[in-house]
Amino acid sequence: MFHVVNTTVLAPEVAVRVQNVSHHFGEEGESLHVRALLDTSLDIRRGELFCLIGPSGCGKSTLLNIIGGLLTPTAGKVLVGNTEVRGSLPQEVAYVFQENALFPWSTVLENVNLGMMFQGVPRAEREPRARKSLEAVGLADFTGHYPGQLSGGMRQRAALARALSLETDVLLMDEPFGALDEQTRMVLGEDLSVLLSHTNKTIVFVTHSLGEAVFLADRVAVFSARPGTIKEIIEIEEPHPRKPSFMTSEKFTALRNQLFALLHEEIRKAMAESTASERAALSRGSGASAR
Amino acid sequence: MTVRSKRDWNRLASRAVQAAFVIVLVGLWYLGTTRWRISPILLPNPVVVWHELKDILSTGEYIPDLRITLTELAIAFSISSTAGIALGYLISRSRYSIRVFEPLLAGMYSVPIILFLPLYILFFGLGPASKIAIGATISFFPIVLNTIAGFGYVDRIFILSARSMGASDYQLFRWVLLPAAFPVILTGLRIGFTIALLSILGSETIASLAGLGHRIVHLAEGMDTARMFAYIAFVVAIALFLNITTSTLAARGRR
Repeated sequence: MFHVVNTTVLAPEVAVRVQNVSHHFGEEGESLHVRALLDTSLDIRRGELFCLIGPSGCGKSTLLNIIGGLLTPTAGKVLVGNTEVRGSLPQEVAYVFQENALFPWSTVLENVNLGMMFQGVPRAEREPRARKSLEAVGLADFTGHYPGQLSGGMRQRAALARALSLETDVLLMDEPFGALDEQTRMVLGEDLSVLLSHTNKTIVFVTHSLGEAVFLADRVAVFSARPGTIKEIIEIEEPHPRKPSFMTSEKFTALRNQLFALLHEEIRKAMAESTASERAALSRGSGASAR
Repeated sequence: MTVRSKRDWNRLASRAVQAAFVIVLVGLWYLGTTRWRISPILLPNPVVVWHELKDILSTGEYIPDLRITLTELAIAFSISSTAGIALGYLISRSRYSIRVFEPLLAGMYSVPIILFLPLYILFFGLGPASKIAIGATISFFPIVLNTIAGFGYVDRIFILSARSMGASDYQLFRWVLLPAAFPVILTGLRIGFTIALLSILGSETIASLAGLGHRIVHLAEGMDTARMFAYIAFVVAIALFLNITTSTLAARGRR
């Protein structure tokens, strides 16, 4: 019997495959040319919460946007399930954005309904699904509120409800709690861990916070400075839902320290590079004014 | 409850000050014509003006002029809002055309177009057509500029998130671009309406055959100042009514 090796068919335990993806913004030689990602490969397992962490500007959000099909990489490809990503995949991938991506002119419930309408859910199914997902994030009493009437944390819950209602296998979250204060982040992180432990979704989560990464993730990928690529992947072996007590455990601290050590060097590199490029830009600017 | 009643009280107090201001003004006017003996040709007695106004309203003499001015306004505003919104939308479709046309239109908006009125009269004659044309031209600019601003500067994150959830072009327009742009366009329409009315009345006073502006100048030239004042008061009331109506509609549209 022949066994045909087909590279586009993934093993069932792989939800997302990133294959030799590179990306740059602008053209070679332009002053705005930025090499954001360099030859990155990665397998994300079905049902895991995978965290991307790294210095700012290292390309972790770029990678997330490439997985979500919002950006087409300059080289390499991404497979979600068995489909190659070429543009957004509303049936397979849902997004929770960094800033507030809820439509301010619609109520919370309308926002969730609109998402399902865009995705193509039949009208009759939308309302019950919307209410269910809003209930899951604890916003059942705020369906009629406008986003402007909610706190930042509640808005991100609503955004999460909108993404959950789409019932996709993959959920991409781009620093979803980035704009929130520390306490709110902590509570939302706990709730997210509980919520996601029984949805069995594959989640890719970008964050700046070491604590958030260790607390939420099954695996954490540490990015190198620009051009970003994955430096190391750390396993966090702790069952979901995770308890607040995990945060004070020695294991947590050890993992956090390990991450910190990996990141520290990269952050220094990233900062050195950005000051160097700023200095270069400054001298270019003064040269222009002298002319 | 007490906070609310206090707010009501404050509002009442400021209304009282406003009313007092108007009363003092009319009082001074009255004194000017009686005690200080200002010529009635320059400043007629307010009581006389009031009687003239009652006469105008009861005889219905104003109806033909009002009809002409309002018809001109309606046609001019329909033209400018249709053209302004359609063109503004088309321009907002690409960054490039916004970059090209927005500064161009903004520059033209700052030109006092009323100066071209003689030219408009040469082209369109002394009748309503020239008033419609000037009103439409002047009110076109705020409408087109606000439409560009409304559609052209929708936050990218809204478009990205709608696209990521699978929104079609039509859905993106109907549920994202339109509601995002709507309040800004509404502001443009309101400004356009107000300046269309102003420019139509103004150009009627400069050169015309009929209309409220024409009537006012006609009375001024006949030195019938009291009746002219009565007409001015009538026009002010009409303008106030129209502006309040459009503001209310705009506020309701904005919810």
